[in-house]
Amino acid sequence: MLKRTSYDAVVVGAGVVGAACAYYAAKAGLRVAVVDRGPVAGGTTGAGEGNLLVSDKEPGPELDLALLSTTLWRDLAAEFGDRVEYEPKGGLVVATAPAGLDALHGFAAGQLAAGVDAVAVAADDLRELEPHLADGLPGGVLYPQDAQVQPALAAAHLLRASGADRYLGEAVTALRRGPGGAITGVVTERRELAAPAVVNAAGTWGGAVAELAGVRLPVLPRRGFVLVTEPLPRIVRRKVYAADYVADVASGSADLQSSAVVEGTPAGPVLIGASRERVGFDRTLSPEVLHRLAAQAAALFPVLRTVAVQRAYRGFRPYLPDHLPAIGRDARVPGLYQACGHEGAGIGLAPATGLLIARQLVGEKPEFDLSPFRPERFDEEE
Amino acid sequence: MATSRSEAGPIRYDLAVIGAGPAGLAAADAAAALGLRVALLDAGARLGGQYYRHPAPELGAARPEKLHHGWRTFDRLRERLAAAPLVDHLPEHHVWAAERGEHWTLHATRGPERADRATVTARGLLLATGAYERQLPFPGWTLPGVVTAGGAQAMLKSGLVLPGRRIVVAGSGPLLLAVASSLAAAGARVPAIVEATGYLGYGRGLPVLAGNPAKLAEGAEHAARLLRHGVRLRRRAAVVEAHGTDRITAVTVARLDARWKPVPGSGRRIACDALAIGHGLVPQIDLAVELGAATVTTADGTAALRVDAQQRTSVPGLWAAGETCGVGGADLALAEGVLAAHSVAGKPAPARELTVRRRRRGFAALMAAAHAPGPDWTGWVTDDTDVCRCEEVPARAVREAVTELGAADARTVKLLTRAGMGWCQGRMCGPAVACLSGGPLGGPDSRPLSCPVPLAQLAEPDEPFVQ
Repeated sequence: MLKRTSYDAVVVGAGVVGAACAYYAAKAGLRVAVVDRGPVAGGTTGAGEGNLLVSDKEPGPELDLALLSTTLWRDLAAEFGDRVEYEPKGGLVVATAPAGLDALHGFAAGQLAAGVDAVAVAADDLRELEPHLADGLPGGVLYPQDAQVQPALAAAHLLRASGADRYLGEAVTALRRGPGGAITGVVTERRELAAPAVVNAAGTWGGAVAELAGVRLPVLPRRGFVLVTEPLPRIVRRKVYAADYVADVASGSADLQSSAVVEGTPAGPVLIGASRERVGFDRTLSPEVLHRLAAQAAALFPVLRTVAVQRAYRGFRPYLPDHLPAIGRDARVPGLYQACGHEGAGIGLAPATGLLIARQLVGEKPEFDLSPFRPERFDEEE
Repeated sequence: MATSRSEAGPIRYDLAVIGAGPAGLAAADAAAALGLRVALLDAGARLGGQYYRHPAPELGAARPEKLHHGWRTFDRLRERLAAAPLVDHLPEHHVWAAERGEHWTLHATRGPERADRATVTARGLLLATGAYERQLPFPGWTLPGVVTAGGAQAMLKSGLVLPGRRIVVAGSGPLLLAVASSLAAAGARVPAIVEATGYLGYGRGLPVLAGNPAKLAEGAEHAARLLRHGVRLRRRAAVVEAHGTDRITAVTVARLDARWKPVPGSGRRIACDALAIGHGLVPQIDLAVELGAATVTTADGTAALRVDAQQRTSVPGLWAAGETCGVGGADLALAEGVLAAHSVAGKPAPARELTVRRRRRGFAALMAAAHAPGPDWTGWVTDDTDVCRCEEVPARAVREAVTELGAADARTVKLLTRAGMGWCQGRMCGPAVACLSGGPLGGPDSRPLSCPVPLAQLAEPDEPFVQ
């Protein structure tokens, strides 16, 4: 006999986005449950670097989301302290050629107008910010709002602080629908949870959850590898990457793109990531990808040529065709809310996503217009 | 055989064998005899692997064979391989990834310099990478003087040194008798062998035992030697704490119940200046797991590669032999190496090796079942015992990750506590973390890089590098 318990909302997915949805929904006074087929942070969250970036986003809805998240992360850091390893260390984007510097300055000017803090850094000043940078770089832009958290810890602590009931290691097998098709609950392998609202925060596997509600959400995986060096003294102070990264993030190409984001961590290892490939859920290690990451990192920080790469890990970013996440009420199914498809920005965008979903769940007006993120937009195109 | 430090370059081998222990040596020998061109890669400088570990020539050991079972077999293989023009021995090659394509490309590192990168290509690949020791932590296990059972044997075999003068041997598994016997023969005093199981499990496998007379003889030989040296075997007991400040000075040994829970009040102190401890072996299968090869969970809760009757894994072109298919000892590894070579060459399997494999696999299953850690062994792990010694993560942190933060397996515990993120990449603490997390046991670990690689070598273009 299945046990039946009632909630105001059930969140599917115990990654950082699901945890943030639970956190803000609980804060808004709702009784919440979180269900995941695996443990906390078992999917893309656990394979992420923990980038909280505004620097890589062009003006538009995703940047608005990132700017809101920047503020929210600061508040969360005050609440969680060192436990989530939040570091407001800033990002440094460097140009690798003079033409690239002009493009970078142009890009930064647009961001500045949209509310981003961006400071041009002359070639001679780069070493003051990052003493180990390579010779001969033409200049860069400093983004003080860029920050870092340890993503698995962030998800786990958000989830714990939410006080939500956790049903981990239980896959969702069905969504219950009532008269008029409205959501009435969730069925897992072990129990049934009654709720008038379900939040799909299943990340890369969000398409399958949407399908349980009979709707299409074309979330696809984009593979990434991250290299981890041996523990080192602090030789990289910020998040440092070459200006080509922005073009890679926005690229629609299926081919391998990589421009390494290089950064130190409180525990010592330097992280070098991440590549972007559309190869489905293929887990096979690609030495070519590792080569490119290593070569790019060494080009930025030649000192890294003398260290050992201790391990590598991989993950699958959830992306939607227009590279924007799906956030908010799904007009096709009453009671269904989507919160997935954040690609490589899920850690950064999680708090804003959670807050906006919570607003909708309690019937309040969200901070800003969610229409660019509306889940049903891919049906309209066809 | 050429011992080579040069690159494969345009040469393509019919077979690359990773690991030059019993399985790899036998496979390379048999494959060459069948006309295949073979690359034999190993992380070590000399042939033999862990099992045939032997003193460096400069130590001038008069009789290295004294420390070994089956030394004659090794000597014979070594001589035959030395005379085999078809086999290239590539020593000190740490293979960090095997890449599948039209043929195999093995990526290896031979040292810290940029030029120490190596690439070897071959049509077939045999994984004979052996196993490493399973450690179950206990209070005091990081004290100097505490060594692994296999480590104690390795010190003796390769360096002709003892880890101490009064050495307690503890843990579980047939290796303990062999280790205690070698240590005693080399002049150490062994006050006790502390074996966690009761060996009762063997009783249920009498037909299997009868089919393995050599194994019985080997056991009897160890037993006789131990008796001669006055070594006492304490069964159903475990070292639950090691004492000392700068170095181990004593251990507390407690009786265990059937689930390996220490019996309260049964602790007894034994003075010693070293402890050699191990709980069996874990197959070293990272390279194959990374390729998606199917695994099985053995009776003692470790992951091993699934192979068919021809030693083929589920990955086309990838064979496995010896401990990678489940720990079973040197004779089994030798037989499986020969069988794999015949399969690679497309030749029918020789009957003798088929028989050895059948008998020894049966024996291995029996041993694995008898020595599987009981579910309650974590009872002796106090909250402040470091579980992961690389990253210094105490059991308390692991337990909190499970009870407070929603971890339910070793991977999530690692993400939340850093247990398993250090140099050994969880080889030391993996089994313990898996148990403490309450997650599934016997699942393979994921290690996309099977060993550390100098960044300068990764940064080199991905082409065979020719010296």
